[in-house]
Order: sequence, then C-alpha cells, then structure tokens
Amino acid sequence: MTTTLLVGLDGHASGERALDHARRLAELIGDCELVVAYIIEWSPFSFQTAEENAARHKRREEEIQIALDRVINPAIEKVSGSGRTIRGVVRHGDVSDALIAISKQENADQIIVARASEGGFAKRIFGGSTSNLVMSSPVPVTVVS
Amino acid sequence: MSVFHKALLTAAAIIAPAGAIAQEAATLDQKVNAAFATATGPFVNLIFAPFPGTSFPWIVLWLVVGATVFTLYFGFVQFRFFGHAIKLVKGDYSDPNDAGEVSHFQALTTALSGTVGLGNIAGVAVAVGIGGPGATFWMILAGLLGMASKFTECTLAVKYRNEYPDGTVSGGPMYYMKKGFSELGLPGGGFLAILFSIFCILGALGGGNMFQANQAHAQIEGIVGEFPGWITGIIFAGVVFAVIVGGIKSIARVTEKVVPFMGILYVGASLIIIAMNYDMIGWAFGQIFVGAFTGLGVAGGFVGALIQGFKRAAFSNEAGVGSAAIAHAAVRTKEPITEGFVSLLEPLIDTVVICTMTALVITISGQLLIDDATGTYMLNEAGTAIATVGDTSGVALTSAAFGSSISWFPYVLAIAVVLFAFSTMISWSYYGLKAWTYLFGEGKGSELTFKVIFCVFVVIGAAANLGPVIDFSDAAIFSMAVVNIFSLYFMMKLVRRELNSYSGRLKSGEIKSYAH
Repeated sequence: MTTTLLVGLDGHASGERALDHARRLAELIGDCELVVAYIIEWSPFSFQTAEENAARHKRREEEIQIALDRVINPAIEKVSGSGRTIRGVVRHGDVSDALIAISKQENADQIIVARASEGGFAKRIFGGSTSNLVMSSPVPVTVVS
Repeated sequence: MSVFHKALLTAAAIIAPAGAIAQEAATLDQKVNAAFATATGPFVNLIFAPFPGTSFPWIVLWLVVGATVFTLYFGFVQFRFFGHAIKLVKGDYSDPNDAGEVSHFQALTTALSGTVGLGNIAGVAVAVGIGGPGATFWMILAGLLGMASKFTECTLAVKYRNEYPDGTVSGGPMYYMKKGFSELGLPGGGFLAILFSIFCILGALGGGNMFQANQAHAQIEGIVGEFPGWITGIIFAGVVFAVIVGGIKSIARVTEKVVPFMGILYVGASLIIIAMNYDMIGWAFGQIFVGAFTGLGVAGGFVGALIQGFKRAAFSNEAGVGSAAIAHAAVRTKEPITEGFVSLLEPLIDTVVICTMTALVITISGQLLIDDATGTYMLNEAGTAIATVGDTSGVALTSAAFGSSISWFPYVLAIAVVLFAFSTMISWSYYGLKAWTYLFGEGKGSELTFKVIFCVFVVIGAAANLGPVIDFSDAAIFSMAVVNIFSLYFMMKLVRRELNSYSGRLKSGEIKSYAH
C-alpha cells in the first residue's frame, strides 16, 4: 500500500528542511508519495473594508498563483526529478486546521513540518502553528528542527 | 439633480475662499448653514410631506408598510431563519475549499460598519429627545420588521451583481433593478436604477457624510470647547481624502479593526450603566411602553413618538434603503439567499440591540426632564422637544446620559463617535462611488470627481447646524428607500422562488452543514 506523506511548506528555509526530511523518509519507505502544501494565513472572521471585499476573489486568485509559482512548483520540480510522485496543494485558512483537513482529504499517514524560528508574545501564549498541529493532528507529526 | 447641482455650486463657492476669510469663521459657519438650508429645503419638504389633513409623513408609512409586506410575504422569515443565519455567519455551511473568499461574517461586519455609528448614538438621542422614551418601542418594532426588508434586498443584490472578468464584483439595488426587471419582462428597470443611483449619491453625501462630520464636530466641541466647524471639516476631509483618493489603506484597516471593539465597548458600558441602575429598569421599560401609546406629553403625542421611532430606526439600520445591499453583494456564495439570511441580523444588532441600549441609558439617566406634578415630560421653550438637563440634544444628550453614571465615559464616547463617523464615511463613500460609476462609468477620472465632491461635503457637514443637516440626511436616505422598496414589490417573487428552493433543499438534506 502506498504511504502518503504530507509536507507543510512555508516558503522559507525551514520548509525546505521539512521537504528534504520527507524525501529521505520516502526513500526509506519505498512505495511513497508526497503531498506538499502551502497554507495562506486567512481568517473568515477578520474585518475588511467594502473595497477589499469587492476585490477579494481577484486577490485570492493572485495569492494562490504566487504561492504556486514561488513555493509549490519549485518544490515539485525539485522532487519530481527523482521520479517520485508528488502533488501540490494551496489553501487559505489557519495553518494547523488546514493541514489537518488536507491530511484527512489525502489520507496522509504522516505530516512533516519544520519548526519556525520566529516567535513572539502571542505565540508563547497561544502556541504557534506547529504546536497547535502537534496537539490536534489525528496522524503522527514529525517536526524537523 | 437641480438641488444636487445647486448644493454643489454653493459648496464650491463657499470652500474656495475658506482660507482667506478664516478670521470670519463664525459668520462663515452661519453662511454655510443658511445657504445649505435654502438649497435643500424644497427637497426635504417633498420627502417629509404629510398626508393631507394629517401630520403623518407619507415616507414613514412607506417604510413601515414595505417592511410589513415583506415580513408577511416571506412568512416571518426573520424569525424562522434566525438560527440558520447564525450558523451561516459561524461558517457552518461554508465550503472549506472556498476558504479565502469573502465570508458571510466579513460581508455582515463590513455592512455593519456602515450602519452602526452615529445613528445609534446621536440618532436615538434625537428620537428620544423629541419623541420621548416611547419612540424606542416603535424603533424596536421597525427594527424587527426591517429585518425582512434587508433580507429581500440583500438576496437580490447577490443574485444580480456584476462579476467582472478580472474577478472583482459590483452589486446593489441599481444592478438588481436593471437585471431583475428585465428578467421579469418589466419595463422601467433601467430608469429606476438611474433614479436610485442619484438618490444614493445624495444619501452618501448627506447621511453618510455630512451628518457624520456634523456630529463628530459637535462631540469634539463638547470636549475641547467651541471652535468653528470648518476646522474639523477640513481635518476630517483631509483624512478621508488620504484614504479614498490616496489609497492609504492602513488608516481604513485600523478603523475597521477598532470600530468593532468600540461597538462592544459601547454596548458593554450601556449594560454596566443599566446594571448600576437595575432598580430603574422596570420603570424605564414602563416609560417606553406607556410613552409608545400616549406620548407622555411629548410634542405630537403618541404619533410624534411613533414617527420619531420609525424615522430614526430607518436612518440607523437602513433597512429598505438599499445601501447595505451594496456591501453585502461582495460575499462569495453559490446561494444568494444565504446572504439574505445573514443580512437580516443587521437591523437586529443595529436597532434592536444597540439603539435600545442608548435609549435605555438616556431614559434611566434622568436627562429628560419630567414634570413631577403630572408625571409627563416637560417641553423646551420652543415646544419642539423634551427639555433636558443642560439643554442638550443629539450626541451631546447621549454623552451627558453616559457621563451621569460614568464620569469619564464622554471621552471614550468622543473617540467612538469620531471613529464611527469616519468608518461610516468610508463605507458610504464606497456606496456613493458605486452609484456614481453606475451612472458615469468606471474610470479613474470619474471616480476621482466623486471622491473630491465627497470630501468637500465633509467640510460643509461639519460647518452647518444640526437641523438642516439632519433634515437633508434623512430626506436623501429616505428617497433611496422610495425607489428601492417600489422595485422590491415587483421582485419579491424572485426572492420567494429562491427561498422555497433553498428551504426545500435544506430540509431534504441536499444542503449540508460542514460543521463537525
């Protein structure tokens, strides 16, 4: 049976480390496919102006295209050279919630993310995306340092 | 358009030499006021003309009859689908794959930022100050009925909006009038759309702009002492200009974020004051109910209370006016009627909750003077409104009412009023712009013309007296409702078709909740 690894990318070096780890893991597993995901932070409960709302659909399409061009497609290119199956997903939402939703949709066996170095007061209080993911994921989560 | 043009020419004539005659500030304010009152008088008189032989303005009945017809026609949709509306706002029925699009919550809060504002603070004070606490009863009733009007117009606004190839959207009454009438094979949709757009521009300049600037100035004056209105006007106009012309979104974003918190703070403070005077809650509600049917000595008796209640409710929640439909039209949904359900929460939050809070605080505060001998309200010298402690009216009355329980709250209220006024102006500049571009086409030059006119009216609004400004604001906004409700009568069957289809699919389970 094919094992599916879901890799969370963030467009930074930390995401690259997660992808590299996933590739090594895939080599060891053998029959394994990768799903790389980039989540655009978005809350349906944020406040917007009427003008922003009117242009929101257009803006969303642009955001998805930028994420595909700058993060997802380069990652797919990097891995597909090795002959491994890899797919990309871009979603809007809360990072941990969206990764969990994708893992369910894709029947992923494991989620691999990297720990982001930046922190802050809010993250210390409420936890960052990674710790939220670890706390609530239904499948094992590997956090690459 | 002639009144509009006259007002515009007057404005231009007054603004141009403003700097040169700054030293004659007091007389400049008076000149602005007199010129403005003369220019808008005929329009105001037409809109508020009473039925022959009565003192009842026909426009008030027009709004109430409209809201009642929609309530009955849709079988009390505001109560039947209230729970469903809450679930929609929570996102229970939003497809996760559509994340990143405008949510129901965002469309609702954007529309609310245009409606919640001075109407809730100053408008209610005007209603209670003239019509007595009894006006609150009629205001709540108008709010509850108005939920059905809002439902009808917002469903149509999403259904018939324009979606452009670049992904942006434009919607509102002018679009559903044109497209809806054409779908029904009825003539005149295009004409109604043009008429509505003209009134929408006037409404944007009146209630959405001048009234806001005027009351913001009154509030600042209450804190720092008297100074000429045009100074506040020019500062306000400068900031509005920076946002709508300069595209400085950061100011708008900060306002959009701060305003909801101000709203919560306002309701919170109201609840605290009501709780502090818990022994008077029963009395206050007694005044509201008794005053609703007797007037308790106010000018015009119970009819006076009723007129004030309905007028200020409509001015506050804008149900049937069609303005908020422009904001609601931006939501991304496959079912236009879902935005209709969500929009019916708007009059509830705006009028039934927030306006009632203001009315209760004013009633409880004892700012309205009561004749101990008769138990009825005392009238001011002119006999036009209830006499108040310190002879206050409008936002100053609300401020005094809050200040009598929480001494420092008038300062918070001053900030809230300025922010509310600003956010309402930004919202209405968008509504006015949409009407403007509908009439004159989209394009940088056309848009800039409207935006500059909008800023000029900020200065006029701040410099004029409350009386003429409030009359023109009401008249302009209600004239939008004349055209809008007229068109809704023809198109309500289209909404009922949507309602029947949606509720059938909801019952059969075809429309599923995504909530876990």
